[in-house]
Amino acid sequence: MAGNSIAVRPFVEQFAALKAGLPGTGVPWLGDLREAAIERFGDLGVPTPRLEAWKYTRLRPLEKTAYRAVGEADAAADAGRLPSVLGAAAGHRLVFVNGRLRPDLSTPGALPDGARIESLRDALASDPGALEAQLGRIGVLDGQPMLALNTAMMDDGYVLRVGPGVALPAPVEIVFLGGTADEPVACHTRNLILLDEGSRATVVEHHLGAGKGAYFANGATEISVAGAAHLTHHKVQAEGSGALHLATVHAEVGADATYEGFCFATGARLSRYEVGVRLVGSGANCSLTGAYMMRGDQHCDNTTVVEHTVPDTSCREVFKGVLDGKARGVFQGRIVVREDAQRTDGNQTCKTLLLSDRAEIDAKPELEIYADDVKCSHGATVGAIDEDALFYLRSRGIPEAAARGLLVRSFLAETLHDVKPEPLAEALEEMIAAWLSQAANGEQHE
Amino acid sequence: MAVTAETAKTVNKLAEQKYKYGFVTDIEADTAPKGLSEDIVRFISNKKEEPEWLLDWRLEAYRHWLTMAEPKWAKVRFPEIDYDDAYYYSAPKAADGPKSLDEVDPELLRTYQKLGIPLLEQERLAGVAVDAVFDSVSVATTFKKKLEEVGVIFCPISEAVREHPELVRKYMGSVVPYSDNKHATLNSAVFTDGSFVYIPPGVRCPMELSTYFRINAENTGQFERTLIIADEGAYVSYLEGCTAPMRDENQLHAAVVELVALDGAEIKYSTVQNWYPGDAEGRGGIYNFVTKRGLCRGRDSKISWTQVETGSAITWKYPSCILEGDGSVGEFYSIAITNNRQQADTGTKMIHIGKNTRSRIISKGISAGRAEQTYRGLVKVLPTAKGARNHTQCDSLLIGDECGAHTVPYIENKNMHSVVEHEATTSKISEDQLFYCRQRGIPAEDAVALVVNGFCREVLQQLPMEFAVEAQKLVGISLEGSVG
Repeated sequence: MAGNSIAVRPFVEQFAALKAGLPGTGVPWLGDLREAAIERFGDLGVPTPRLEAWKYTRLRPLEKTAYRAVGEADAAADAGRLPSVLGAAAGHRLVFVNGRLRPDLSTPGALPDGARIESLRDALASDPGALEAQLGRIGVLDGQPMLALNTAMMDDGYVLRVGPGVALPAPVEIVFLGGTADEPVACHTRNLILLDEGSRATVVEHHLGAGKGAYFANGATEISVAGAAHLTHHKVQAEGSGALHLATVHAEVGADATYEGFCFATGARLSRYEVGVRLVGSGANCSLTGAYMMRGDQHCDNTTVVEHTVPDTSCREVFKGVLDGKARGVFQGRIVVREDAQRTDGNQTCKTLLLSDRAEIDAKPELEIYADDVKCSHGATVGAIDEDALFYLRSRGIPEAAARGLLVRSFLAETLHDVKPEPLAEALEEMIAAWLSQAANGEQHE
Repeated sequence: MAVTAETAKTVNKLAEQKYKYGFVTDIEADTAPKGLSEDIVRFISNKKEEPEWLLDWRLEAYRHWLTMAEPKWAKVRFPEIDYDDAYYYSAPKAADGPKSLDEVDPELLRTYQKLGIPLLEQERLAGVAVDAVFDSVSVATTFKKKLEEVGVIFCPISEAVREHPELVRKYMGSVVPYSDNKHATLNSAVFTDGSFVYIPPGVRCPMELSTYFRINAENTGQFERTLIIADEGAYVSYLEGCTAPMRDENQLHAAVVELVALDGAEIKYSTVQNWYPGDAEGRGGIYNFVTKRGLCRGRDSKISWTQVETGSAITWKYPSCILEGDGSVGEFYSIAITNNRQQADTGTKMIHIGKNTRSRIISKGISAGRAEQTYRGLVKVLPTAKGARNHTQCDSLLIGDECGAHTVPYIENKNMHSVVEHEATTSKISEDQLFYCRQRGIPAEDAVALVVNGFCREVLQQLPMEFAVEAQKLVGISLEGSVG
């Protein structure tokens, strides 16, 4: 085992102590699922850089910090005034505090007939049978210790189901607030997005954290996009500066369906956004876009695997990072083209801008190809701000800090110009501006 | 480079042909008992009449080897190697070593003739000095006198240990330490021969230096060790090519090549590798586990690797450059062709340490039949490498729908004042290009050879003349039976 077996122990003990109280107790299939998952987690161990998939990211906080599981009191914490990245555009809003739904803060609104959004706890309480075929189906545990831990300990999350041909007129906003507990807590949120044939939805996840304390958000999302359906899945990660944020997303995309994943990250001490997309129907299409801005000693890992399993599928990936201070960025992108996946069109780009002498980027864009009639490419670049461009701007009277900001914004622009709805794009612009003004003022994350 | 009609013909005709160089020469070998132990290491050292320090070094390597795990990260599959089931020393019988060609075993000479190795004086490729390695011992060296005039040392490494111990002791293991990786460590313990080259300051080696390797006796692993040192302002171009006879059992080949370039020196190292790849079903074939590394120690030094890899059942090879001197340059040009059941995991490492260091990687992979091929490369820029630049281009071509072509580049950059660029593409042979050729009356298989040679053009151009012709033929031969 290349994983760390010692760091596993506290979680295994927690599971044994808490399993009777986890949602869905008494549902036999769920109990079995949890037991199998904790066993798998124990076998795999906490990932270490000795595992190729974790070569550049070491989960040090899990070795050093004891996280306890969240409880009722944590979920009831005062959330203060919560910002929204959608504002009035959010048709439906769920708020989770320390991993649990807070109905008092949520405004789910009315969804069209055939569509339904609720918390995992509620879904398991009302009709657990409906989830039996879905939970753990797409997110297979092979080589996925943190997903296994999530599966064993899943506590709450959101479940969005959209029936055949139904299109949600307004985006769904999900807010996850962490870091309000006095001591380090771990929350394992599990989300499920199921889009039936020909349906459409936009989901915007906003992860944010209060304070500087340590906490562990180990989220997992399983997504099924059936034939001709279209899911736009945005994520804004602005966790607190002490957070360990792991997000595992597994999506399955059917014929002529589209999955659009987008992640903008500025938060957390250590974060990893791991996306696995399987294109299982002809004409399936996926786009993954990421933008991140890191400083101080932040560590941001983006890991993607896009698997083309049938003919005529396509994917496009663009990840761009801005690294300042001693921040470290990691990009691991793999495109797999299986034997039958002829006429695959795959494209991947990873670009990084280093703003500091001490920042570091580790990139590993991979192509794994078993079919011959394919068109796949990837490109990666690393560099600093172009001195000539900076000089050009300065020669036109733009102060240095503003000129640098302009160049950083234009660097990231490619990842942002397709972001809809408009209010989200504006909110992201503001976040970028705030990050840049901090840089200009010489402030550093701690 | 233009594709000759010959290349196209070769592709066409070779579909049925067996491995061209498959035969075993029957020469009595002086062989150590099977297996690996301290005694075998001592036996080899004793045979070579080596000094105490070298034996100690070998033993240290052997003891370290026992503690090491087999590297598993490469994308190649093969049964566990039984290191005790191989011979580690085998030398053609020649008590004192031949002084001229007349003394060379005629059977051996006939073997070379079959391979078309330019060993004799009247060789058509004039100006090539050959240090021919048959199994593990060098048997003939030509043009030695001419090289001696300018002070170039080009000899078997065992001779260098005797004649130039100060140079060998200073540089051997300085680029690839004995503890580097399991295969290199094994080589350090049991290496039997290889070449040693030293180019004195300011000397431009007057000819291309060339070594042909062959594996001959059954079940003998070959552990070559090559050390090339280019002193300040020196230049050398070194060619290495290999063929191996046909056999059924897998053979281990774990070579180590170390290059050292001092201030302003340049080393160009070219390889054409066509060891026996196994038959169409993947039986037999050579395991080619090679550690090649060059150290650009001096400022403005340059090391350039060019390789054409068509043979071996399994290739595990990453010729690398450590760019330590300010302004030093590393280059890697590679063509890898895998067919049938061949597996290749190959690429390079460019480690930028010095200021304004530059590296360039061009890799062309062609996968056919049921072969699996991976480009695996690392570009690492350390905080000291201000102004470093890298450009990498990896292209893969797939022929047939049962093969695999993979690209795994690693980029680790710790310096903002550096530029790293990586591009990779994977595609199949363009139908349009084939159609264009066929429309002009070129048969399908000739057209494929034409397109493939065009695809490899940037790398073929880097090869010295002597090799370019052979390499081009090999491109065709290696793809036999993959089209049509």
